[in-house]
Amino acid sequence: MKVKAVAVNEVVSVKLLIPHPMETGRRKDQGGNIVPAHFITEVTASHKGQEVFHAEFGPGVSRDPFFAFQFDGAKAGDTLTISWVDNKGSSEKSDFPIVAM
Amino acid sequence: MGISRRQFFRSIAGTFLSLSVMSVFPERLFARWNAGAFKAGKLDDAVRELYGTLPEEDSSSIELTVPEIADDGAFVPVSVSSGMPGITSISIFSETNFSPLVASFDILPRMRPNLSLRIRMAETGKVVVIAKAGDRLYRTSKLVVVSVGGCG
Repeated sequence: MKVKAVAVNEVVSVKLLIPHPMETGRRKDQGGNIVPAHFITEVTASHKGQEVFHAEFGPGVSRDPFFAFQFDGAKAGDTLTISWVDNKGSSEKSDFPIVAM
Repeated sequence: MGISRRQFFRSIAGTFLSLSVMSVFPERLFARWNAGAFKAGKLDDAVRELYGTLPEEDSSSIELTVPEIADDGAFVPVSVSSGMPGITSISIFSETNFSPLVASFDILPRMRPNLSLRIRMAETGKVVVIAKAGDRLYRTSKLVVVSVGGCG
């Protein structure tokens, strides 16, 4: 995951890129076979144990999901924990620093 | 006479089997994901799956930013922002996709209603955003011309 979390006056702007094939399950490969659906279904972010972001994604989200959100009440030096789950049960959870502008 | 020993051990075995399956795939069974909404083939059905039958109105208080022309339907940038108070959910749809619902965001108490996301669009069509505030839904949409379809 690539995450940039910047705090200005305790408002944090977060940009994320999560490498993931996001296969829709409707694409055919070279051999004419359907590539099975494989996509992130849920993304969560938390700060000091509180959920500050939650989204459900479907296969309509682009490959390597790139998205941004904003939340209040955090400072540079704090930690943001981001996790995601996909439809095959894979998941990732990582901590990222919140930095100053 | 109670259950036989055979029946008793069979029921225990069945419980062990289902417990072990659950521990191997905990994420799949317990992750929150609104399959009904994401699989709906029509936008209004997806809205109903997500939000029930709440009253809906068109709104100019939701700012939706999309390109007028998308060179590549596989990567269409969408931004949503609103000054409307009390928004608790924002969902993004691509009307001409096989399954129109693309993503649904819970606008949690500490979140600002400012979001961006890159989406896939199968072909030229409307990007639709629905915001839920209180018990009402607010809709806005914009047409995006897609040069090359984004669903492979």
